[in-house]
Order: sequence, then C-alpha cells, then structure tokens
Amino acid sequence: MRQGFFKSLFSGWTWRMAWRDSRRHRGRLLLFSSSIVLGIAAMVAVGSFGQNLADAIEVQSRSLLGADLQVNSRQDFTEEQRELLDSLGEERSYQTTFSSMLHFPLSGDSRLVQIRALDGEFPYYGEVETEPVDGFERFKKGDGVLVEENLLLQFDAKVGDFVNIGAVPVPVVGALKTVPGENMVFATVAPRVFVPDDVLAASELIGNTSIARYRVYFRFDSPESLSAAETELNKIRRKNRWGVDTVEERKRELGNAMRNLNRFLNLVGFIALLLGAIGIASAIQLHVRQKLDSVGVLRCLGGGIGQTFAIYLIQAGALGFAGVIAGSAAGLAVQRYLPLAFQDFIPLEIEFAIHWWPVLRAAGVGFGICLLFALIPLMQVRRVSPLIVLRRSVAQIGGKDIWVGVLYLAIAAGVTGFAISQTRRWEHGVGFVVALAISILVLLVVAKFVRSLARVFIRSWWPFVVRQGMANLHRPNNRTGLLMLALGLGTFMILTLYLAQYGLVAELLPNEENNKPNAILFDIQNDQLAGVLDILKSQELPIVDVSPMVNMKLKSVKGEDVRDIARRPRRLEGDDGPPRRGPRGRRPPGWALRREYRSTYRSELASTEKILRGEWIAKASFDDEFIPISIEEGIARDLSVDLGDELVFDIQGLELTTKVASVREVEWRQIQANFFVVFPAGVLEDAPAFHIVTTRVADAEASARMQREVTREYANVSSIDLMLVLDVVQSIVSKITFGVRFMAFFTALTGVLLLITATLNSRYQRFREGILLRTMGANRAQILWIQFVEFSLLGIMASFTGILLAVGGQWALSSFVFEVDFKFPVFPVMAAVGANYLITVLVGILGTWGITRHPPLELLRAEA
Amino acid sequence: MFVIRPVAINLPALQFTVSDQAILQAVNLTKIYRSGDRDLAVLDDVSFDIEQKATCAIVGPSGSGKTTLLGLCAGLDVPSSGEVKLNGNSFKGLSEDERAALRNREVGFVFQNFQLLTNLTTLENVMIPLELRGERGAEKRAKDLLDRVGLNERLDHFPVQLSGGEQQRVALARAFINQPKILFADEPTGNLDGDTSQRVIDLIFSMNEELGTALVLVTHDLDLAEKTERVIRLHSGKVQADSNAVIA
Repeated sequence: MRQGFFKSLFSGWTWRMAWRDSRRHRGRLLLFSSSIVLGIAAMVAVGSFGQNLADAIEVQSRSLLGADLQVNSRQDFTEEQRELLDSLGEERSYQTTFSSMLHFPLSGDSRLVQIRALDGEFPYYGEVETEPVDGFERFKKGDGVLVEENLLLQFDAKVGDFVNIGAVPVPVVGALKTVPGENMVFATVAPRVFVPDDVLAASELIGNTSIARYRVYFRFDSPESLSAAETELNKIRRKNRWGVDTVEERKRELGNAMRNLNRFLNLVGFIALLLGAIGIASAIQLHVRQKLDSVGVLRCLGGGIGQTFAIYLIQAGALGFAGVIAGSAAGLAVQRYLPLAFQDFIPLEIEFAIHWWPVLRAAGVGFGICLLFALIPLMQVRRVSPLIVLRRSVAQIGGKDIWVGVLYLAIAAGVTGFAISQTRRWEHGVGFVVALAISILVLLVVAKFVRSLARVFIRSWWPFVVRQGMANLHRPNNRTGLLMLALGLGTFMILTLYLAQYGLVAELLPNEENNKPNAILFDIQNDQLAGVLDILKSQELPIVDVSPMVNMKLKSVKGEDVRDIARRPRRLEGDDGPPRRGPRGRRPPGWALRREYRSTYRSELASTEKILRGEWIAKASFDDEFIPISIEEGIARDLSVDLGDELVFDIQGLELTTKVASVREVEWRQIQANFFVVFPAGVLEDAPAFHIVTTRVADAEASARMQREVTREYANVSSIDLMLVLDVVQSIVSKITFGVRFMAFFTALTGVLLLITATLNSRYQRFREGILLRTMGANRAQILWIQFVEFSLLGIMASFTGILLAVGGQWALSSFVFEVDFKFPVFPVMAAVGANYLITVLVGILGTWGITRHPPLELLRAEA
Repeated sequence: MFVIRPVAINLPALQFTVSDQAILQAVNLTKIYRSGDRDLAVLDDVSFDIEQKATCAIVGPSGSGKTTLLGLCAGLDVPSSGEVKLNGNSFKGLSEDERAALRNREVGFVFQNFQLLTNLTTLENVMIPLELRGERGAEKRAKDLLDRVGLNERLDHFPVQLSGGEQQRVALARAFINQPKILFADEPTGNLDGDTSQRVIDLIFSMNEELGTALVLVTHDLDLAEKTERVIRLHSGKVQADSNAVIA
C-alpha cells in the first residue's frame, strides 16, 4: 500500500531504508554534521553559562552589595543625617572614597588611585580577599593599608613596603584581590587602596579633594526592618540627594546586564550556527545529487514521493542530530571556560553545573535551523522523475516548487524571530538579519563574480596549471560560493571586532603633529596653583590650559524644583512607548538632576568647543539680571533646556540664577578639562574653586618625573596622563572584545570546518581529474600547483571580501555608534589576509594530498 | 509554435486489434519535447497492445523513440497525448504516487545498467518492491528468487562485489519479486559480454514463462529480438513495422 509522507516517516521500513542507504556514506555524513557542531556548541555554551550566571546571581546576591542596603552621597553626612542613619539597621559601616595620588617612596613613582576609608564590619556578606589572607583583618586593626594587587605588581612593590598617603608614610599590610560586588574592571579603572581612618585624617587629603563619595552599608536582621528602613530612606533620599541601593536592585541591574550580554553572545554564536546550517544545506545538496539515481530507482519500483522523501529527510535529520549531540557536548565543555573570558566583568564566583533546559533549547534551535536549511536541497528528492533510470538528462518533474519558497520564508521568519527574541527590539533584530543577509549576499555576489572572472579571463597562453586552477573555480559542482561564504564570513566577523577595538583605542592616541595636552593635574587649590605652574615651568613642560572648577548643584530648571522634576512619572498618560529621556514634559535622567556640576568660568571658548546656537558671552557680573551661561548640547537635551531657559544653581548655599545664552558642542574625547556648564568671567572668581591644569609630557619618564615632583610638594594634587588612560581603555576594550572574539571564533572555525568538509567532498572529483591528468602525463608538482592556484584565488578573494565587509562594518560603527574617526590599520589587516590565505591553501592542498602519492591505477580502484 | 514531424518516409497505415486479453494497451501515444523554442515529436501516434504472457521486442535505431515508448508504457512518463492502460487500468489522470503504485503492482523492470542500489546488499535490493508496499514475507520470497537465479550464496554482497552478469541476475530477481503482469527490459544485455548475455537472456525467458509474465524488450540486438513472439520496429517516432499488424 502506498504511504503518505507522515505515515512513511513513522514506518520502520523507511528508517531501515535510510540506514541501509547511508552505508558507505556514514563517515561523510558525520563529517557534514561537523559544520554545525561549533554553532550548536556556541549556543549551548552561552545558554548554559547564562543559567549558571543567573544561579550565581541568585545564590550570591547578598555579596553583590556586601550588605543588605547601601546609601551613598556626594557630600559628607551631616550630624543630623548621621543620627538618622545610625538609627537604621543592626550594623552599619561608613566608607569614604575619593581619588588621590599614591606615592611609592622606594621607586619614587606615583599613581592616581581610589582611596577608601572604612569603618564598621563591612562586608557583612562575602569576603574581602587579600594576600596574605589576614590582610583585611590587619587593615581593620589599623596596622596599615591594603593596596590593589595589580598596582603592587605594576610598581614592583610588596606587602611590608611603605607607601605615602598624602604625606603620611604607611606600611602595606595586604595585596587587595577582591571586594564583594566589585569586578576586576572596576579595579583596572581605579585601583583601590583601603586606608585606616587615622591615616586618612593625618593625610589631610579629604578636605582638599573635589570628588569624594560617602557611603553607608547596613546589615539588617529581618526583612521587615530592611523594608521599613527602605521606606524611611525613600522619603528623604531626594531631599538629601542620596542614592539608595539594595540587594534586589543590584540583582536586577546585574541580571539585566548579564541577560543582555547573554543575548548578545547568543546572537554572535547564532551566526556560527547559520554558517554551519548553510554548510549542511550545501552538503545535503551534494548528497542528494549523488542519490538521484537511487531515488529514481525507488520511484521506478513503486516508491511514493512521500516515502522516498522521508528516507532522505531521516538521513538529514540524523545528520543534524549527530551535530546537535556533538555540539551540545562540546558546548558543555566550552561552557567551563566561558567564565574565564568574562571573569573580569562579573563580580561573582560562577560554578559549573549542567542545566538541561538551556542545553535542550539551544539544541532545539540548532536542530530546527539545521533541518530548515537541509530541507531546501531535500525538496529536490520530491521532484526526481522515475524516468531518470532510463534517461540521465530527465531528472525533474513538475514546474517551480512552491515549497522551496515557503521554506525560504520560514528560514527568514525563524532567523528574524530568533534575532528579535535576543535583541528584544524588533528593529534591532531585523537590523541584525538585514546586515547578515547583506554580508552573505555580498559574499555570494563576489563568488559569482570570481566564477565569471575565472571563465572570462583565462588566456590560452597562460601556464597550464594556472588555467586549470582557475577553471576549477567555475567548473560544474564547484564549491566557490560555499567557500567564499565560509571564509569570508569568519574573516568579516573577527576583523570587524578588531577594527572596532582599534578605532576606539586609536581615537585616544596622541597626535604627534599638534600640541594637544596629554596630562592633567587636578584638585589644585587656589594657593597651590602658582607652585604647580612653577614646577611645570621648571621642567619645561607647556601649560596648555588652566581652568578653575567650582562645584555646584542644580536647584531648579525653568522654575521647577529639581526634586519635583525627579518625582515626575516615567511615562505620561497615554504614552505607551518605552520611558524616554529628554523631551519636554518627560522626566530627565536622575543623574543629570542630582549630579554635582563642576563648572568653570572664562571669557573665551576652548579649542575643544563650538557654539551651536545662541551667543557666547565673555563677561558678566552679579549686577546683571541673570547670569548668561553656556551649556553643553547633550546635557541641555537631557535637561530639556534651550536658549533663554532658566537654571538655578546652588553653590555652597548661594543660589545663582542663570539663563542659557548658548549651547555648545564639546569634543569630549580630547584630553582637556571639559565642562557641561561654562560661566562667563566676572561671576565665580570669589567662589571656592579647585584648578585643573593640562600639559604635554614627552614620554612616560617625563610624566613620572612631573608627577613625583608635584606629589612631593602638593600631596593632594592628583595627576593623570594619557598613557595611563590608554592603558586602561586598551585593557577594558580588549577584555570586552576578548569575550566577543571568543564567540566570533566559533564562526571563523566553522568557516575552516566548512572549508575542510567542502574540500573533502570534492575530493573524489579532484582525484578523478588528477588521475586523468596523471594518466596523461602530469607530474605531482603540476597537480599540486593546480590546487595551489585554485585555493590561492579562493583564499585571497574571500579574505579581501571579508575585509571589505569588515571595513564597511567598521565605518558604520565608527560613524553611527561610536562616533569616532574611521581608521584602518594596514599591517594587522594584511596579516589577517595572509593568515586566511595560508589556512585556505593549506587545507586545500592537504585535502587532495594523497593524489600525488599513489599510482593512478591504485587510486582508481580505491575510489571506484 | 510548430511541430516537427520527424518522418519523411511513407509508412503504410497499420491497424491493430485490441484484445480483451491485453495486459498493455498503448493508444495513439504521442510525446513532444520542447527543445529551445521548438517542439520535437519523439513519438507520433503510436498504438499497439500486448497480450498476457506474450513476448515482444521493440527495436529501432538510436533516436527512434524506443526508450521513450518504454517509459510511457511503464508509466514512468506522461504522454503528450494518447493513453496507456496496464492490465485494464489507465495511467491517464493518475498522480505520480498512483502511477508508482500501479507500477509496483503490475510491472517489473530490468535495465541495461542494472540500477541496483549500491549501498544495499543483494537480498535488500531484491526485497525493495515488496517492502515498498509494506508486504510481509519479502525476505523469504527474495531468497527463493535469488536461489532461482543462482545467487543464494551472495545474499550479503553489495553490487560492487558482483560481476555484471550477477548484478543483472539480482535485477531480474527484483523484477519478478512482486509477481508482475509485465516485465519491461531496456537493453538487458547491453552491458554484458556474449556468454553472460546468453545466460541472462535464457533466465529472462524461462522465468517469464514460469511466472506467466508478459515481456516487453527494448533492444538494438536483432538476434535477441528474434527470440520474442513479436517485433515492433520504430523509426523516427512511428511504428515502421509490427510483426502482429494487419496491413490495411
């Protein structure tokens, strides 16, 4: 009895037949399946890693904060505030944090660090890890300071050495390794130094700094008392401009960040899966082509369309399944190492555990995508005419197959759906798919171009091996398109990441041709300014800029108290969209309202500034009706203010009414003292101010010399140079991109796997041609040269197309995302081309290696 | 659009009597292929019938339409016009799957290049027609037939491990396993040497007789054609001569 497709799919005979028919091909089919292994592995690893991360956040949530609740302020707590805070919680710890220079007397070096003074029993959850382990205990006893481990290594200092906090020498009692809730990147940006209270008091630094933060950590015995304290603090937080942080809040923030990271990595892994699925489709196409006769015979003997289709669908499914199993196993193995790629960003200990749901989910997505792609060539099985057994040329029945179109739509919908599910924004998901489709299209168009070029440009007078090698690119059953895709996509991804990283870092590199500053000295008090400038002059360092800096807070915007503005709802009535920042009527971001504005006053625009609208007013006085100020365009947008709008600032109790006279564009990337708000000369001269001086140092040695001298004379003055900034940025960017590159390598390796499988697939064809050539007298070298020419052309074209795409991607990222100048590092890119080329040629030559080592007859028998 | 009639010879009109005993009836079969912007008639108004248990050879030069005719008669292809009836069942209007079912029930095939599935053993190849229809007892029937063609020692061998003659004997066993009413053989000895050919031909005719199957042979080999009861000669898509025909 004739069986339909679904009945056949569950018939024992169909499965037996699929098994029988796969004999002699099983090894090759397994090889095909390897192309999706890495894609599945990437997705399984990311999925499982994400679950482990979520578990770690849940289990170690309280150590994310080290306490149950934290209150932070940019101003020291008043007596009244302290009384209130002391009434909350069972235990509490006060911490003061500010930036200052740490001096290493042994080497004479200085480095800007984050000084922390701590009392109480913080951390209440988790541990401060030090080397030696009793370091934190000794610090609490007041024996000395804890210094960031990396900083000690960097300055060749060790536990027991003395360092200077301000002018106070103090011994190092431990190397600081971890602090609950803080990641390694934190430490890279601002190395931490824990200082006992008495040392801090003796250093007299705290009164001489422009930027200090004050925190209180609380421990509560019961959730009820915690909840009551939260309610109490929420009532007064805005008035006092306090930030209140809870474990739940920290959990939510970290959870969101980690989910975003996870989704992003999933998308990167998904590209590897898609490339693998394209490889599977290509392999199935080859398999089906080789099976046309078998299909014809089965159809001729009475096999139904559904029956024969089911046989080959089962084979494709088994192939996908093998890939999924191997990929899942590889993914679980990789997952153990994935935390290493991100450990610097994650303030948690991640334990490895197998979570089957993410594994099954990733495996399911992988299997589904693989099957969808495989179905496109498989559809051909349905259209094989039984007449093929009589006439090879008649292979197909029917007209256009509508199901192929349906499948393409299903793939597009599936891929887009997955992308949207990961990006959580349909426009981002669609953007991802469109970008990917364009990349694939470009590679395929270039492949077509290469084939045409190879056909049209071959000249009869060219050497035989060159003509043969080029002809291989366009001969029937060529794999040019697949290999271009496999090699080009991997190159594109890896290079785009590299170029993005390069562009970001290069933006900060000093331009040797101009005299832009590359070092900043800050927290210089009025009476120290002349002395600091003298030191710079004595060392023949140019004084590029001196800016006074006055701390102030916003009191009201356009007549409305900032506390009232902060209470506005996130969404207005009838507004269904996501909460937005900026436009009039909506709530400006809290930081813009609460922040401490460090403003300057001067009569001229700085070189990094440009007036966008309004008028730059050089001078004003208190006698004027209002003070005209210039505001930076970004903060103006955030605060929803423009020309003529009124802002009232509070400078240590004195209210100053200002009006926006101009809106400025500021080139923030320049190492320069840049400000949100600039006052005209004649108003703030008598206000308490710090000064910032920028200079230009020739090299690291000159920088160290300047810092040593300044720190020795004025311990509270901090300095930072561009080399340090570059180090930090480079370190952070490379840490970020390392994780992403780690995932992108899955795509690149999938490309190499596809190259290997495609080469092995075409091995038979190459063998036969090689044998024919050898029979006709070609020597081994000639055959190898033919392969060399073919794979060389492929490698070069794929690399260049990948680079072209990467440059396009980098241009788009530079222009629209990072807004930095487009830069192109020639040497590393050429090195990438070279590496890609070498891999391609190596795999190509190795894939057909045996052909030159055996006599033709032996090979003909073996391959028959 | 125009049709090229490939014949430039004057052929006498041939008339056929359609018997109630006919296992195969081909009525006014025409097959036109599109070639570029032209239509090419490969078969032009061919009619004949084959009675049960009869043997018939279709001969003719290359390009005369022999293989096309075989394909149409076996329901492997659809005529541009005309009709084929197999054991009284017309192929006309049947879907691909329905034609396949009819073939499976009524037809056996032997091909010049054997058309065995290379990854299946001898036994598995023979069992396919019965397995396709989900019938039990395929293995025993296949073993009996392989015993009949003298290959009971080669059940687990793969086609590549067999000689050409052995492969054709496996194909023969496969062709008879579903007890077809008619066997179509396309140049069954075309790939075999003289002695082997003779043994295969003897086997085809003897099994045909034993099992009461009609035989339609397509061949270039006139000596082989002479062994059948009837010879239909094709030329340029038309029946040029039919030893059974009554000339009007």
